[in-house]
Amino acid sequence: MININTNDLIKGWDRNTIASKIANDLPHSSYVNLGIGMPELVSQYIKEDREIIYHSENGLLGMGPSPNENEIDLDLINAGKKPVSVLPGGSFCHHADSFSMIRGGHIDYCVLGAMEISVTGDLANWSTGKGIPAVGGAMDLVAGAKNVFVMTQHLTKDGKPKLVQKCTLPLTGAAVVSRIYSDYAVLDITDTGFKVIQLNEDITIEYLQSVTDGNIYQ
Amino acid sequence: MQINKIKKDMTEILSNVFDGATIMVGGFGEAGSPIELLHGLIDKGTKDLTIIANNSGNGRVGLGALIGQRQVKKVICSFARSAKGVTFPELYNKGEIELEVVPQGTLAERIRAAGSGIPGFYTATGVGTPLAEGKEEKIFNGKKYILEEALKADFAFVKAETADRYGNLTYNKTARNFNPIMCMAADTSLVQVKNILEPNEINPEHVITPGIFVQSLINIENPIIETNAIEEGMTYP
Repeated sequence: MININTNDLIKGWDRNTIASKIANDLPHSSYVNLGIGMPELVSQYIKEDREIIYHSENGLLGMGPSPNENEIDLDLINAGKKPVSVLPGGSFCHHADSFSMIRGGHIDYCVLGAMEISVTGDLANWSTGKGIPAVGGAMDLVAGAKNVFVMTQHLTKDGKPKLVQKCTLPLTGAAVVSRIYSDYAVLDITDTGFKVIQLNEDITIEYLQSVTDGNIYQ
Repeated sequence: MQINKIKKDMTEILSNVFDGATIMVGGFGEAGSPIELLHGLIDKGTKDLTIIANNSGNGRVGLGALIGQRQVKKVICSFARSAKGVTFPELYNKGEIELEVVPQGTLAERIRAAGSGIPGFYTATGVGTPLAEGKEEKIFNGKKYILEEALKADFAFVKAETADRYGNLTYNKTARNFNPIMCMAADTSLVQVKNILEPNEINPEHVITPGIFVQSLINIENPIIETNAIEEGMTYP
């Protein structure tokens, strides 16, 4: 069991840097669903050489940024129930059509947070096993989107690895994650373990392995 | 004689709603939530309800108020946690209300299926998770799916933007959400609507819910805005 003293941790990329790495990997003309919270930052780092169309599972394709105070319409919200805008070329649909976009494999990328990711790509991000269980659209997104990107800190707040041999928390989906963007590295899920695509410039591969509960290779 | 689905008041539109009914409640959070119809149900005192909705209510307004009045025995929803949720957590933590958690897309599809005469379907959503427990599995083209059953209701409570007397509906932006499919899946759909127009005033190309899926309408011109009501400390009744 890996358990690191949080005082000894090397500081990794900040969340804006992680968001910009994800933004760079989203190709022009992709249909993308960004999870509520940290993944929402990704849209701020899309370069001008590409256009991305954002989907919000409550029936909005072509979602724009949050509006000015005087333009707020409480009938125009995102999946986190916050006011948003609709961009030119956007559209509304009902919930079954919106989830057909997800479940029918039409969404190219979704970006979500994680509590645990296993070496085989299992994801746990909806339940700590305590409190009121609430899943929302997470299980649909990981089962349906063509590529599932996870944006996360490499370790939990109390210094435990989030990248694990086997998830201990209730799963959101089995073998669903394609790529992980953590503050320490960008890693792909492969048949032989977590493959390092990019390593934080301040840490070594040995250090990365020491804070990961599962095989790491380059 | 002309078809006219417009009811004169809350008592008339809710007259057939009975104790123990299963009711689909439209809306995603507050957008599209039929708050006045739910308040009508509080006034009527209908009990032992099963509610199918995406969420479980905010504050003590609308669905939150109905749950707070202990008129609901079970909630079937995808997300029963919300920053402003009060009444559902109170009862749930005391074990006084039942909860069935359904992934949001599976919830929508189960409702759509019921409205379309499809008794069940296979989906990849939830495979390998605790929500797949007890469900039939089947492999198609080497990939595992689980069987989900259609979800019907006695009534749908829906909020729309515009209607005519035939029950043709349009919605406002993301307030559409579950409302159209709930109209399809319920035996009786009751709709509160901001504007009622003459039949020739809604372009047939713009109708989102065709009138065949709607049984009764009530005109609520200025519906309560949940966020403002909660900020102002409103509680119902």
